Amino acid sequence: MITIDSLTKAYDTTTVVDHVSLQLPDAGVTSLIGPNGAGKSTLLSMVSRILGADAGSVSVEGLDVFHAPSKDVAKKLSILRQDAHTTARITVQELVEFGRYPHSRGRLTPECRAAVAEALQYCDLVELADRPIHQLSGGQRQRAYVAMVLAQDTRYVLLDEPLNNLDMVHATGLMQLLRRLADEKGKSIVLVLHDVNYASVYSDRIIAMRHGAVVHDGPPETVITEHALGEVYDMEFSVHTLNGDRIAAYFR
Amino acid sequence: MAPQRSTVAAAAPWVAAAAVLILAIVSIFIGVADVDFRALWSDPESRQIFLQSRLPRTFAIILAGSALAVAGLIMQHLARNRFVAPSTAGTVDAAALGLLAVTILAPGTAIMGKIAIACVFALAGTALFIALIQRVQFKDVVYVPLIGIVLGGVYAAIGEFFAYRTNLTQTMSVWMNGDFSGIIQGRYETLWLAGGVAVLAYVFANWFTAAGMGRDFATNIGVNFRLAMAGGLTIAALVTAVVVTTVGAIPFLGLIVPNIVTMMLGDNLRRVLPTTALLGAALVLVCDIVGRVVIFPYEIAVGVIVGTLGSAVFLAMILRRSNRYANA
Ligand SMILES: Nc1ncnc2c1ncn2[C@@H]1O[C@H](COP(=O)(O)OP(=O)(O)OP(=O)(O)O)[C@@H](O)[C@H]1O
Ligand SMILES: [Mg+2]
Repeated sequence: MITIDSLTKAYDTTTVVDHVSLQLPDAGVTSLIGPNGAGKSTLLSMVSRILGADAGSVSVEGLDVFHAPSKDVAKKLSILRQDAHTTARITVQELVEFGRYPHSRGRLTPECRAAVAEALQYCDLVELADRPIHQLSGGQRQRAYVAMVLAQDTRYVLLDEPLNNLDMVHATGLMQLLRRLADEKGKSIVLVLHDVNYASVYSDRIIAMRHGAVVHDGPPETVITEHALGEVYDMEFSVHTLNGDRIAAYFR
Repeated sequence: MAPQRSTVAAAAPWVAAAAVLILAIVSIFIGVADVDFRALWSDPESRQIFLQSRLPRTFAIILAGSALAVAGLIMQHLARNRFVAPSTAGTVDAAALGLLAVTILAPGTAIMGKIAIACVFALAGTALFIALIQRVQFKDVVYVPLIGIVLGGVYAAIGEFFAYRTNLTQTMSVWMNGDFSGIIQGRYETLWLAGGVAVLAYVFANWFTAAGMGRDFATNIGVNFRLAMAGGLTIAALVTAVVVTTVGAIPFLGLIVPNIVTMMLGDNLRRVLPTTALLGAALVLVCDIVGRVVIFPYEIAVGVIVGTLGSAVFLAMILRRSNRYANA
């Protein structure tokens, strides 16, 4: 379990994450939704210690992320940033191998090789394994980064807008993959999504943020409603049931 | 295409090693006092020349060339800019300034003490450069090395000022211009320290690669970004300090060699570091041989030849701006 206690971050006088307290489960798919600037990325960055907090604390299975040795945290929790990109010329394979760093300190064990191969397979990257990442398309590169956090094989996987740049084939493929990771491997996937319908179809729980605070939190049935979504996004939605899923329409 | 690249990657260090070996043999047997291979056994004088001058010179070239190339490789990676190297980040000028400070204030200091002071100056000078470029967001990557060169110019100007007053301008210019002609046994051994540090860089190569991928990337996999940064810059500063103190700076070596190698083999430091080191040694060996042959029986200092070659490559790079890190 990840316990977030009154986490706060302010830039100058604007508080962008305001005393957020949450408990993230140790398995399942949890989606974070909310309008641009709501504080989703800031929250996820603090939870993953990439960004320091102004107040509050985060603990992952009892490990204080801000004070525990970073390499211990790296075995429990991995993060894929929204704007994760580099211009270093390394291959997909090399990138994914970096995911094993917390486990092997750079010396790949047979177990590491297996994890890397599996991650490449999962993300449909076997053919691209030897390609330098700067030569890939945006979506291919995104998948390479996802494969890297998969190879890291942590219980908690945090992803900030992982569907960025993906076509619907790969977006749906990735959501199915994340669902499978949660179901088959018992991982806890926490991801920021802008497409509320992906959140609705694939999540066990949806957390909606607005102005730095959590405004709705619950299973899709309680968050994907015309009323709740309207409050979060300040816009009109109509919610329909389609093949048993709750689908929100907001196109006109 | 993909397999081709990995074949090149696998073959590169061996090809480079073979080149170094051949060039080293040429380097040993070329020169004013001809060394006859058979005479080494029969003639004590030949053996003397061989052991006291030829061999040390060749070792010195290999150590300095490889260590400087590795220093450049680490610096360009950590700064995330292909134009950053000891000679374009103020590192060399800061090391020389440190050396000048000891020479003026404590002339009797032992060589290791001098190196230590030069290293501290080089590190501080480079850290100032890094802090500067991190603070200012440049639109164009070529501004980064230009800032470094200007900063280096400031360090050099401060040095000139004091050197002039203490009659040390001649000595200053010796530090700034690498020359292996004075190398004999007992005068180059400090370079083994630079070589050792380069080996240490190989051990921590994955660390530097991770740090070069960005702070967030490094943090996620549990690499301490600040520590990796500090460690990498210390290695670069120490190598620079040792080389400047022992044989004098070899301008732009740390810039051109890593660029040639990473252009071919990519940016995974662990994979490219050995080839970079070997190619650095090979380049200095070639330049040294050329310097000894063209105006025989006189010599052109290696620093002049590498510097000329390096500044031409540097200019070409700037004009092409084919910098991958640029479009970040
Ligand atoms: N470094 C910074 N300095 C100042 N303000 C910042 C900084 N980083 C983020 N902010 C502000 O904090 C707020 C929250 O940003 P955050 O990136 O967390 O939003 P988000 O919910 O992830 O939005 P998006 O959906 O657009 O990704 C925004 O108003 C943003 O402008
Ligand atoms: Mg965001």
